[in-house]
Amino acid sequence: MSKVLLEAQDLSKHFPIRAGILKREVGRVHAVNHVNFELFEGETLGVVGESGCGKSTLGRTLVRLYEPTTGTIHFDGKDLTQADKFDLKKMRRDIQMIFQDPYASLNPRMSVGKILEEPLALHDIGTPKERQERVQQLLDRVGLPQDAIWRYPHEFSGGQRQRIGIARAIALNPKIIICDEAVSALDVSIQAQVLNLLVELQKELGLTYIFISHDLAVVRYISDRVAVMYLGEIVEMASSEDLYATPRHPYTQALLSALPVPDPTKRGTTKILAGDVPSPSNPPPGCAFHTRCPHKTDACMQDNPALKAFTNSSQHFVACHHAETLNQDN
Amino acid sequence: MAQEVLLNVENLVVSFDTDRGKITPVNGVSFQVKRGKTLAIVGESGCGKSVTSLSIMGLIPGANGKIEGGAIEYDGQDLLKFSGTQMRKLRGDKIAMIFQEPMTALNPVYTIGNQIMEVYKLHREMSKKEAFDHALAMLEKVKIPDPKQRMREYPHQLSGGMRQRVMIAMSLACNPDVLIADEPTTALDVTIQAQVLDLMKDLQTDLGTSVIFITHDLGVVAEVADDVVVMYAGDIIERGTVFDIFKDPKHPYTQGLLDSLPKSSDTKNEELQAIKGMVPSLFDLPQGCRFKDRCALAEEACGESSPELEKFSDTHEAACFVTSRNNAA
Repeated sequence: MSKVLLEAQDLSKHFPIRAGILKREVGRVHAVNHVNFELFEGETLGVVGESGCGKSTLGRTLVRLYEPTTGTIHFDGKDLTQADKFDLKKMRRDIQMIFQDPYASLNPRMSVGKILEEPLALHDIGTPKERQERVQQLLDRVGLPQDAIWRYPHEFSGGQRQRIGIARAIALNPKIIICDEAVSALDVSIQAQVLNLLVELQKELGLTYIFISHDLAVVRYISDRVAVMYLGEIVEMASSEDLYATPRHPYTQALLSALPVPDPTKRGTTKILAGDVPSPSNPPPGCAFHTRCPHKTDACMQDNPALKAFTNSSQHFVACHHAETLNQDN
Repeated sequence: MAQEVLLNVENLVVSFDTDRGKITPVNGVSFQVKRGKTLAIVGESGCGKSVTSLSIMGLIPGANGKIEGGAIEYDGQDLLKFSGTQMRKLRGDKIAMIFQEPMTALNPVYTIGNQIMEVYKLHREMSKKEAFDHALAMLEKVKIPDPKQRMREYPHQLSGGMRQRVMIAMSLACNPDVLIADEPTTALDVTIQAQVLDLMKDLQTDLGTSVIFITHDLGVVAEVADDVVVMYAGDIIERGTVFDIFKDPKHPYTQGLLDSLPKSSDTKNEELQAIKGMVPSLFDLPQGCRFKDRCALAEEACGESSPELEKFSDTHEAACFVTSRNNAA
């Protein structure tokens, strides 16, 4: 087993809801709620879930774009939640992000050359000439033409812009890249190109990815392990293979079953989950999923189940009171 | 088995005048919608699928858009010859549409009830009371919990899935013959998407509506479609039954699209079969076949003239020189 690169313990992020002229706190959005996980060197950890499940907030909290409400994040022997400005700057060299909408995350008034040079300049790396060479090398690596240096983001298509975002993320030779819906806005033919590029870069540079997406098929493809989130909590975590072959949590089961498969002979096999996701500002008591769960009992309405290892498995974790009884026949 | 053709689109050409010159996002498109069936139009951004549907609704903006040619036959009449008033009567009554983002399609300052009642008042000349009862019944039909309460609420008070149900209720209010659904589930989460697709299917069986389902999601196509049309850069490049398209795709683009999707057996040790390059700009289309620059099979002939749709079976057609020749051999 490779070494643990990053570890989140009891990590939560709550956003206050303020109202009135005094802006008093009247409630809290529980975006991420007591999440624990380890990230191993060289792996891809997929994080899936529907809108509002907290997957993007989790990604942003890990790099302290949001200040965590509780918990610790250990990276490289340090607790990032306690890190000061200098430590943070150093940490951000090692942990980079790629966002969903490359147009919103690239400054439209900077040329691509400037965009790619900026992280190098900020961290005082090399002379201007060396930085120029590095930029050329980066463009080449992500499959963009050299004349891109002089051009601006609007001159590129969505797929090319995402390549610029990737080039910027790898500019500082990071250890971890957090990809937040990195291929979701792209057409399928382009999505496949960008996924291939991400996998190549991972092998070449020994990168570790946290791959956040709502697209189950993409997450299965790229991830070694997958965490499923629901209403701010991880409800199931296992190797990609195990999770998709034998999902143990009723939510994961429903989610996988709802995924339309590009095969007309498999029509009508969907198990349909009733209802909507509850509001994270007013999460239900007990298990967060019990309002939609077909197997709920009284216990589910009172106690929130902890994420624990599923029978005899050290790698498959599930947070459900009835995981064992529900999955007896598998 | 002959099926009744409800809507016949014949050689439709739509152009737009822009600052950078004229473009033709729909370039001679023909297809038929059968009664009670679902036709899916698939393609990536900019392939012309949405412009095609707006033409059927008579919603191409007059300022710079123009329908250059072709015919849209419905019920023995050519919709392209209809006046504005005639089209207004038809829209929402015989042909209705739902859009990707219900929040922008619903009016934020009117209640849900008001907006559904408007359809009845306009097309059925009902009184307020009658319209209210019908609207309420429609909300029940689309399985919105607590419909009486919802009638008095505004769009922002509903979740995305509920809003899309309201859109469906509104579009089916007059029991239209044709429902055009433009990416109706794209903005929804998978579990909600499954609910909405299921609902649409139930209502379709119930009411016998024909559906034109526009989407880029091949998984959804496999789930809902009877017939499929694949578009690329303004052309139809392949069409057939849903089984023709998924089991035996003929056009290299259709094959490429299907191969691009990560399958359950794929792991990241195997590279995905991506289509190289990107969709050509409508301002600068290549000569001949519009797919040739991205095509692995392209040869010289592909650059000289554009291929026409050729029959592979009674239901299956594709526009590719190379596949046609290989098939003949």
